[in-house]
This record gives sequence, C-alpha cells and structure tokens, in this order.
Amino acid sequence: MDRRSILKIAGTISAAVAATAAFPRIVFAAYSQKAFKNPSVEDSLNQLFGSNATTPSDDIKLKAPDIAENGAVVPIEVSTSMKADQIAFMVKENPNPLAIVANIPAGTEAMVKTRVRMGKTTQVTAVVSSNGKLYTASKEVKVTIGGCGG
Amino acid sequence: MSSIRIKAKERNGSVDVKTLMKHNMETGLRKKKDGSKIPEHWITDVTAESGGKTVFTAAFNTSISKDPYLAFKFAGNKGDTLKISWKDNTGKTDSAETAVK
Amino acid sequence: MKRIIQTTLAGAIGLGVAFSALAGPVDDQAAFQKYYESRFPNTPTEDFANGVYSILPEAREQWESIEEFPPYELAIENGEKLYHSKFANGKSLADCFGPEGAVRGQYPFWDKDRGMVMTMERAVNECREANGEKPYRWKKGKIADVTAYMSFNSRGQEVKVEIPTDDSRALAAYEDGKEHFYTKRGQLNFACADCHLLTAGNLYRADTTSPAFGHATSWPVFRSKWQSMGTLHRRFAGCHNNIRANPYKAQGTEYSNLEYFVTYMSNGLEFNGPAARK
Repeated sequence: MDRRSILKIAGTISAAVAATAAFPRIVFAAYSQKAFKNPSVEDSLNQLFGSNATTPSDDIKLKAPDIAENGAVVPIEVSTSMKADQIAFMVKENPNPLAIVANIPAGTEAMVKTRVRMGKTTQVTAVVSSNGKLYTASKEVKVTIGGCGG
Repeated sequence: MSSIRIKAKERNGSVDVKTLMKHNMETGLRKKKDGSKIPEHWITDVTAESGGKTVFTAAFNTSISKDPYLAFKFAGNKGDTLKISWKDNTGKTDSAETAVK
Repeated sequence: MKRIIQTTLAGAIGLGVAFSALAGPVDDQAAFQKYYESRFPNTPTEDFANGVYSILPEAREQWESIEEFPPYELAIENGEKLYHSKFANGKSLADCFGPEGAVRGQYPFWDKDRGMVMTMERAVNECREANGEKPYRWKKGKIADVTAYMSFNSRGQEVKVEIPTDDSRALAAYEDGKEHFYTKRGQLNFACADCHLLTAGNLYRADTTSPAFGHATSWPVFRSKWQSMGTLHRRFAGCHNNIRANPYKAQGTEYSNLEYFVTYMSNGLEFNGPAARK
C-alpha cells in the first residue's frame, strides 16, 4: 500500500474519532437507584444526565391536566420538535420526583405518553436532553381528594 | 399468557404504538390489613425492538400507574415485527411480539 | 329519634319536571330526558351515556386519554376466557347466552313467573347454579369481568326496558325504584335526585355530579378509585356509603328495582359498556 492511501485511511479514521469526540456520548438511560430513588429534583437530574443546568423551552409540548381526575392515574404526554435523546418527567411533590426516562433512538419520534401517580397538587416538569443540553417545560397539576365520589 | 398488550398501527411510515402492561406497580408504601407493608414490586425497564434495532426504551419509577401505559412512535412499516419486553425490580421479565398493522 | 324522610319529588316538580302520580313511565322518561337536555344544552343527547364526561370538557380530555388503551380491556379479555370455560358438566355460559353473550340489551326485565326484576348479573349466576357451579360474588371480580365481555359485545344495543302492562307488579317495582331515587336518606340526607338531578353538574367538594340520564348504560365500570372493575350494584352501595346511609344488599330487591327504574330512564340511549370512570 502506498503512502498516500495510508494517509487517506489515517485521515478518515481521525475524522471519525474527532466526530465522536465533538458530540457527547449518548447513553441509554436505564433504571438506576441513584437517579430514581432520589428525593431531590436537582440531584436526580445530576445522576441521570451528569448535569442539572436546565433552560426552559417553548419547543416542548407538555400535556397534563390542570386538575387530575384521580391522582393514581394521571395521563401525561411530552413531545418536542427538538432532536431529543432523552425525555424525562418529574413530579416535584412525589417522594421521588423522577417518574420516567424515555430514550429516543434515531428514527423514533421525540414523544412519550404514560400515566403517572401524583400524591398531591404538584408542579410537573418535562425535561428534554438534546445535543448535550437540558431543556424544560413545567406546569401545575392540582390533585384533590374527591370527598363525595366515594 | 403475556402481561403485555400491544397496539401498533403504521401510517405514512410512522408506527403508532400503544402498550398496556399488566403489573401492580407496588410502591412499597401500601399496607396490608395487618399493618405490614406490601413490598415494592414494579417494572423498572421497558424495551421495544423492531427490524433488529432498539426503537424505544424507558426506565420507570414506582410512580408510574398500575398497569403501565406507554405510547410512542417510530419509523417502520406494516408487517414489521415489534417486540416489547420489560424487567422488574425482582428480576422478573416478560415480553410480547406483534406485527405492525 | 325517628328520622323524617322527605322525598324530593316536590322539589323536582317545582323545577318543572312533570312527575305526577298519574303520569306513566313513558311520560316520566320523556320529562326526565327533557330536563337534562335543557340543563345541559351543549351535550348531544346520545353523549349522556358517557356520564360526567358529557358535561365536563377537562375531565373528558383525561377520559379520552385513558380510552386510548382503557384498563377494562384486561377485564374483557379475562371475561372472554371465563365466559367460554367449561363447567364440570361440559357446558359453559355460552349455552345460556349465546356464542358472544351479546345480551346486555335484554336486561333488566320483569320476570313474570317469579315476580321480580331480572338483572344480567343475576342471570349469569343463575346459569352457573343451574349447571352445578358456584355463583360469583356480586360486586366485583369474575362477575364484573364476565359482564364486561358480554357488555362489550353488546355495545350499541338500544336501552329499551319494558314494563309489561299485564302484570301490575312490574309497575310496582318500577315505582319502588322511582321512589328510592327520590327519597332522602343517610346522615347527609341526600336523595339520588338531589345530586344527580336537581344539582347535576355541580361541584361537591372536588367531584362534579353526573346526570342520572345515562347512568345505567355503561356498566360494568373500571373506576380509577377502585383500581378494579365493579358492577352497578357495587356503585349503588358505594354511593349509599358516601351519604352515610346503610347500603342494601347487591342484587336484593331494593337495588334491582332501582336498577329497573334508572335503566328505564335511559331508554333510547345505547348501551356502551364496559367503561372507564374516575
């Protein structure tokens, strides 16, 4: 093999290495005690993403009721037009605020719907990890004890 | 029989997935009649695979409602096989497969 | 101290709901329906079958999210298995009610031979007992799963409860159910009509009361509160407990007659069970 082709190959390899180094490593977040069995919003984010620096974003659509019909089953939806790697959902007043983390591989829409338990009226926050940065959208969900519904 | 029910419908190259998993999702806070606590027992991880790759995964806390529901969308086609599996905190697992409609 | 039980019939008349001792059930039902249609003019008539979700948009949104994959689907599945599983004698519920159990629209009805209101739950258990099997318990569990399956297959059937004119006991049972509906009871001294007719749509602490028109169409129901399926009589008992009245026995005469009246009041709507409710 002549010198030129070796250099060409070497050039390709170093470009690839450079490419990986430029973007943060994308790790599929799995269940971990440190992130989930954690009473602190800030610390759970730290454990999950290595950072808790967040910026509010209008590009995140957070759907949750203003008044939950029943705190045991609150339907929520988070979606974003950003290129998201992870979507997390926090329920501030729950003993352990982090409720779910969804991993969004390439080819999957940045959207997740689920049903969450909320113990009482609380702020809820959707956290989107995009290009190594964290973005949020929040709202309040009122949770009541019916009293007459039985 | 599997605890996982899957509805997967493709439209314009996007597969709309809705899944319901039968699981009590015990928080560990409930008490039995004798006052003793019902131990925590919940699904911690869910994985969805199709066409040989992982199309979605999620990690749950005990604050996900009983009989967890999950909805997501990925790029795929009618007839593709979609497999959804879960693992819970006791190490128990389950999975189900369906063909995308 | 004897509690004075007043009926709210007078109150209902005061509000223009034309109930008189001489008006027949047909007139009762027409007046009942008209009352709710004018109280909730934005609700299409057939939508009353969806209970409180027909009058509360914010709650309806959450209900629609749940309907994406409702918890009662698991009950229907289990019900299907139970419905088709063989008794010791080789038969199954299908021998009594057909291959799909699509018989919701036939209940409740007045059984002339036995002089009583026959409900679907009672019919299921009588089929079991006639075939040497133990009856299910009345309020939840297997009875609710089986009737969820049967109700699901009956969706769309019209509610058309009949009161045969050749047996005066049928009308008496209807009138008994009607009186129950309008009689104040319990420590809170409420009648069904107080919350579900006169003040339907109002807030009681954090609950909005649903219109009684449409109450009987969607059973059995998965209630978020119960985190399980339950029958109509389970709900009747729950309601009585809420107003601190002693509940009656499930499938006893009182609740069966009440079911007869309440379902008759929904004549014209469609059965849409099983359903998910708060």
